Amino acid sequence: MSQSSAIPKKGDHVQEHFVNSNQQFEAAKLGMWIFLVTEILFFGGLFVAYIVYRSWYPELYILASDHLDVWLGAINTTVLIGSSLTVALAIRCAQTNYTRGIIINLCVTIALACVFMVIKYFEYSEKFELGILPGAHYTYEGIAHEKANIFYSIYYMMTGLHGVHVIVGIGLMVWLVIRANKGHFSSEYYTPVEITGLYWHLVDIIWIFLFPLFYLID
Amino acid sequence: MNRLNDFLLPPAKSTTAAEVDALFNFINLVSIFLLLGITIAMIYFVIKYRRRSEDDVTPLIHHINWLEITWSVIPLLLVLIVFGWGYKGYTDLRTTPDDAYQVRVVANSWFWEFHYENGHVSIDELYVPAERPVELVMRSSDVIHSFYVPDFRVKHDVIPNRYTSVWFEVKEPGESVVFCTEYCGFAHSDMYATVYALEQNEFDDWLAAAGSDLDDLPPAERGQVLVDRYGCTTCHSTDGSTLQGPSFQDNFGQNRELTDGSTVVVDENFIRESILEPSAKIAAGYPDIMQSFAGSLSDEDIDGIIEYIKTLE
Amino acid sequence: MATADTNTPRRLQVQRFRPDDNPKKHYLNEETGLWSWLTTVDHKKIGLMYLGSITLFFLVGGIMALLLRTELLSPAESFVAADTYNQIFTLHGAIMVFFFLVPSVPAALGNFILPLQLGCKDVAFPRLNLLSYYIYVIGAIFTLIAIFTGGVDTGWTFYTPYSSTAAGGNVMMMTFGVFILGFSSILTGLNFIVTIHRMRSPGLGWNRLPLFLWALYATSVIQVLATPVLAITLLLLTMERLLGIGIFDPNIGGDPVLFQHFFWFYSHPAVYIMIVPGFGIVSEIISTFSRKHIFGYWAIALSSLAIAFIGFLVWGHHMFVAGQSSLSNLVFSFLTFLVGIPTGIKIFNWLATLHKGSIDLKTPMLYILAFIFLFTIGGFTGIMVAALSVDIHLHDTYYVVAHFHYVMMGGMVMAFIGGLHYWWPKITGKLYSEVWGRIACTLLFIGFNLTFLPQFIMGSLGMPRRYFNYLEQFQTYHQLSTMGAYTMAIAFVIIAIYLVHSIFKGKNATANPWGSRALEWQVNTLPPLHNFHHTPVIINGPYDYHKPMAEFQLGIAETHNGHGSGEHMEDATSRSAPADS
Repeated sequence: MSQSSAIPKKGDHVQEHFVNSNQQFEAAKLGMWIFLVTEILFFGGLFVAYIVYRSWYPELYILASDHLDVWLGAINTTVLIGSSLTVALAIRCAQTNYTRGIIINLCVTIALACVFMVIKYFEYSEKFELGILPGAHYTYEGIAHEKANIFYSIYYMMTGLHGVHVIVGIGLMVWLVIRANKGHFSSEYYTPVEITGLYWHLVDIIWIFLFPLFYLID
Repeated sequence: MNRLNDFLLPPAKSTTAAEVDALFNFINLVSIFLLLGITIAMIYFVIKYRRRSEDDVTPLIHHINWLEITWSVIPLLLVLIVFGWGYKGYTDLRTTPDDAYQVRVVANSWFWEFHYENGHVSIDELYVPAERPVELVMRSSDVIHSFYVPDFRVKHDVIPNRYTSVWFEVKEPGESVVFCTEYCGFAHSDMYATVYALEQNEFDDWLAAAGSDLDDLPPAERGQVLVDRYGCTTCHSTDGSTLQGPSFQDNFGQNRELTDGSTVVVDENFIRESILEPSAKIAAGYPDIMQSFAGSLSDEDIDGIIEYIKTLE
Repeated sequence: MATADTNTPRRLQVQRFRPDDNPKKHYLNEETGLWSWLTTVDHKKIGLMYLGSITLFFLVGGIMALLLRTELLSPAESFVAADTYNQIFTLHGAIMVFFFLVPSVPAALGNFILPLQLGCKDVAFPRLNLLSYYIYVIGAIFTLIAIFTGGVDTGWTFYTPYSSTAAGGNVMMMTFGVFILGFSSILTGLNFIVTIHRMRSPGLGWNRLPLFLWALYATSVIQVLATPVLAITLLLLTMERLLGIGIFDPNIGGDPVLFQHFFWFYSHPAVYIMIVPGFGIVSEIISTFSRKHIFGYWAIALSSLAIAFIGFLVWGHHMFVAGQSSLSNLVFSFLTFLVGIPTGIKIFNWLATLHKGSIDLKTPMLYILAFIFLFTIGGFTGIMVAALSVDIHLHDTYYVVAHFHYVMMGGMVMAFIGGLHYWWPKITGKLYSEVWGRIACTLLFIGFNLTFLPQFIMGSLGMPRRYFNYLEQFQTYHQLSTMGAYTMAIAFVIIAIYLVHSIFKGKNATANPWGSRALEWQVNTLPPLHNFHHTPVIINGPYDYHKPMAEFQLGIAETHNGHGSGEHMEDATSRSAPADS
């Protein structure tokens, strides 16, 4: 961080129990990193379930993966990578005291996140109509494997949980836009933008793992 | 040592039990020795170095390397011995001899079925030849159970959709108790069975005679034996009291309300369906916990049970 | 660390700070009223709210234990029915583990003490800290709803497929409650890690960190890394009941043993979440009441981290008979033995601390001596059940129940109550009755052994756990065990009475009644709302008992870094001392 070399002053945004702005910033960032670690472990459980079933039934994954639309998945991947870029730009704007830039970039990010969710909605509803539902409710007969329901349970759990994270991210960014609009952020203080950005990158990275694991199996 | 064994362990009736007991005793003796050492040292320090005045000055000792190393390495060596010993005993318990006599086990909530080579099924009574390795190939029909015979020092979980096994060789004829040790619900603690170890020739005689014992009984008596044997009375009383399921007494011919609001008459067909497809119709006020007995009970068996229920007025 | 300090010359003006014994303003009276409690971000008040909540749950769990023991006085049914019994033991386990043991030391005592020992005004994220408490409360409410809408009879381990299909009651509500609760634990751990990393006062290097904080640090690492896996496991189980996703349910094609792997991947490290903070308390109390520098500071500090690390790799030892491969059993057994070594190292270092000390057998110290005895038994019996062949015999018997209680109750609860007594004067400003304290401790020790020693014997004789009904040959042991449980109940009632009595009628405590060198005893009793009016500079280590008390002092940085204005330095004597940050 470029401004950390300057001696930080205690401004309005520094909470009582911190000695100075730098301590507060470093604490918030470390806290967010630790939170991301817990998120990775949270998803890690599902990745383990994925790996276990894949090692037991490798042919199931090849069969079931054919029924996922690679193109929609690829578009969503691009959309999310793009949104990661705009979040990074928003942080950059904060560092250069360009409030309008923060707002524009965050709004683009929100829009991209919404595009992601809409595409996801179409994917889900197409599956639901075919009777591809998780576990016990699975009725589709187009996949010649008795454990196809388990594959889709894992698929829905992982992508669903990821979707919940996207929605949380949208909520956070709406809040950031409101605060940015009130002029809360500057190069002195932009911690919320920074740590929300970290969160958003994680959401993006998880999708980058989910995409090949589900869509690109041959 | 033997007196300690009798106090702490059940009788060792299998050929592999002695090995397990030896390790058990070894760990106990070493632990008691170390525990006494630690406790005596602690009490001695507390008395010797008790506070004499508020101005006591204590020496500054950060650490002593050789001590730290000693009390890391010696316990490490001890646990490595225990680890190796335990693993050796474990491989013996897991390596089934080739000539083992096989019995299939099906665990149900809450009784044990033992299937023999000639097709005979015994409930909650396991007959095995003594002085010969016996392998049990086990599966569960519902939830996880665990097959445990303390006298033989064997235990293994019994899992749905998967086969597991244990083996043991009983040293001499006798009886031992079987427990279910994986919690499986309402009557988990009543899921006992008994192992009867017989001389080989007695076992052969028993097996030859088995399976035909019920055919000579009149239907109602046959039903009564089966109801006892399959543990139906764990949930269905025969005296009108309410357990997990409706009582058998004053049941036949009555109207019974179901959970979906409709009413059925308890007749032969309803009882038959309730035994083979218990979840099809659930009596109002009772949980849907019974599992199917299809495959376990023959048509003659079910006839007998129906006749028996008719007698309970 | 404050960057401003590292850039200034190495000499720092420090002033002697003499803590006030009976300050007019303190954390309990600066803001009053119910609303000030419910919205407080003060770590001390949040700690007290946790303390109240866990005491409530300990009471509930304890009453359940008494019901179980009373029912087991005789075989078959005496006053509760089998399915009620099954629900009670499930709730006893779940409540004691998730609602008492896990938050007991970290969230209650840890919250109160951690910032005081670090010399900061609060934890890094005070509002997050309050949020953790409310998440705990919400989780608790879900659990209570589950209890009153059918109960749960799965055992606290929620094994599938029993929990996913067969069990009656409201399993979904219960697992969802524990799922929510997990986030409270995660956020507390996160808060503590950040606080320890970023908020240490000048001079408090890692080599001076009190061992209680090392223990909390190791605990927090486990909380942050293991709890998410429990969360996802319980979420999957909830979905299993709600939607039938089938990952763990064999009826739909899933694998029930996979659930056990998932569950124990959290729940084994979780026992270290419960016991490691207890180790920290032992280190603090044993050096205070021996008036001696702790022996093997680094050995104790690093063994906590070693336990935290190896603890992640041993979960499979809960599944030696569950159908996992012989190779897995071999590896898990081996790693389990390794985790015993750092634990042994701690015991020996504590013993060595007693050597040549000046030992005062005050109540907290009595609890700690009891801890060492009982925990050692718990450890040795742990070696027993880690040995593969013996565990085949002992698995899921009362032997395991006794082992677990020796570690958790003989270890953790003894350490917790010891710690509660130790910090009681700092928390309440009052002294409890020393005589009654010692009587209760002795009674608890006797009652505890009477309860659980017979359970070892029963277990090795073959008595399975979670049994409502049992063979008559075990009755004597069960009756002894029940008598012990009643004895413990009496001891707990005595403790509750004299502690509550001390709040109203107890003598006022001085700022440092035990003559401890640790930082939390160098502030006022009761502490002020923001702990320190100035950033303290740490000159002496927390175990520097070789220095006379008169020389022992807390430095105050000459720049107050915005912490107060200097009004509390009126009778301080001034002097210079070298300080490094």
